[in-house]
Amino acid sequence: MSAAELFTQASYLAASVLFILGLRSLTKPDSARRGMQQAALGMLLAIVGTLTKHEIVDYKFIVAGLAIGSAIGYPLGMFVPMTAMPQRIAISHMFGALAATLVGIAEFYTLGNGVQVTHATMAALGFEVMFGALTITGSFMAFGKLQEFLPGVPVTFKGQNAVNALLFAVTLGLFVWLVYQPATPWAFYLMCVLGLFVGVSLVLPIGGADMPVVISLLNSYAGLASAATGFAINNEVLIIAGALDGASGFILSMVMSKAMNRSFGNILFGAFGKPVEKTAKTATGLSVKPISAEDAAIQLGYARSVIVVPGYGMAVAQAQHAVRDLADLIEKNGGEVKYAIHPVAGRMPGHMNVLLAEANIPYDKLKEMEEINGEFSQADVALVIGANDVVNPAARNDKSSPIYGMPILNVDQAKSIIVMKRSMNPGFAGIENELFYDDKTSMLFGDAKSSLEKLVAEVKANAAA
Amino acid sequence: MHGTSIIELYVFVLAGFVGFQIITKVPALLHTPLMSATNAISAISLVGSLVAAGSDQNRVATWLGFVAVTAATINVVGGFLITDRMLKMFRHGGKPGAPAGRPGASPPPPSTAGGRP
Repeated sequence: MSAAELFTQASYLAASVLFILGLRSLTKPDSARRGMQQAALGMLLAIVGTLTKHEIVDYKFIVAGLAIGSAIGYPLGMFVPMTAMPQRIAISHMFGALAATLVGIAEFYTLGNGVQVTHATMAALGFEVMFGALTITGSFMAFGKLQEFLPGVPVTFKGQNAVNALLFAVTLGLFVWLVYQPATPWAFYLMCVLGLFVGVSLVLPIGGADMPVVISLLNSYAGLASAATGFAINNEVLIIAGALDGASGFILSMVMSKAMNRSFGNILFGAFGKPVEKTAKTATGLSVKPISAEDAAIQLGYARSVIVVPGYGMAVAQAQHAVRDLADLIEKNGGEVKYAIHPVAGRMPGHMNVLLAEANIPYDKLKEMEEINGEFSQADVALVIGANDVVNPAARNDKSSPIYGMPILNVDQAKSIIVMKRSMNPGFAGIENELFYDDKTSMLFGDAKSSLEKLVAEVKANAAA
Repeated sequence: MHGTSIIELYVFVLAGFVGFQIITKVPALLHTPLMSATNAISAISLVGSLVAAGSDQNRVATWLGFVAVTAATINVVGGFLITDRMLKMFRHGGKPGAPAGRPGASPPPPSTAGGRP
């Protein structure tokens, strides 16, 4: 091993260690930032280590790619608002998968269009390109749905599952054929194209509320494609980083689907995908109790303990700063405010935490579901901001409901409940929420942000009076 | 299947185990930064893209490599920056010294997390 080669390998080893330590630092919020900065250093080392490789003879395209990538990446890192984090992450899965796929295609082409490819390498290349291609389009579809230039509702048509199954079977068949017979370029390129279609058809029928699972799953796929790249070009640091990413995405998908009490298969081939035929319990004969901002402010002014339950509605209205203002006032009046975060609140894992942290709310007040569910019965007011399905008691007591069995926040046990909601439209799952018809519940209609601002003004005025 | 493939398989499986062990301990609080962090880390595929773009094998590989370098660099730079931006927002309570102003447009952090050569 030459000195240069030794340096490259040492930089890869250091990068692998720093990546693992970086991820480990994420187990504690206080150490996380430093750990991830070290991981970034590891990345820098690996890049420098690669640039000194003797195979690299021409730096023109490298410099151009690094420059353009940095020019696009910098604003994506610095200026994208926290509310847009789900779509930001979705599009980055696309970039990751794109890089892996293109490297795979370049490798296949360079090795005589498959002529010099061994069976083992072909297995890696095929896996890389197949998963890469479906992640590219799948992530783009997810991005489109979250950015709302594609319909967020599930897009379904007759015989969809049959078409998907056929598409998937053919793609997989081509993969198997290629491993057996690597020197078949047409099969390779056809597999790439079909992979792209698989990605589209995979995400098309999935609705907005199921996005946390989809994003996690695509995260996992992008990681696996990277790992496969490592196998194909015999690079261990790629294998390690890809395996870490794959494991992370897989674990998050598990956490998410558990929090929705549904299986992977159920989400991907969706019960929610179809319009709900049997409306579990209809709202006929029941009426909700609207409340004015003035009355709600009085209620909150006297509350000793308040639990805020944020949901996607808070993100859409960008109301996190107004939440913080209100909480400050309640705390100034001597009350206590905590936040109950359901694992699937919002459109991606942990999104609510990031938004509330952005509004300067200390993270020790952000409570996970298991931690806070016992405390609702002592809460004077539970303030639900744009959350729906995650607080629906039907999940506990209505066996005919599509969300039956899903773990929920015990908001209905609070002494009183204020629900902020734009209108009486049911949530993404299209299910009526009996919480809204509870005697203890008052509905504060309107955009979450302007409602909160009104509340802040009222609470302030009351405190001054 | 020759020797290196087997060793690579070992590396993959063991790294997967390490990942599983660590990531199950990451609290739900940090799941979004976790996702952006793993995304940034797996942009290490940049290493493969660099070789494709710079080893002057053939025109196809060079161009595909160029696009791959661009895409992977977006994730390296953007991924580490956004992870850092999120993580610095998470602060512990009981420190009343926290800035009172809204951090909506927070000042840029020291660019230690750039990851760009």
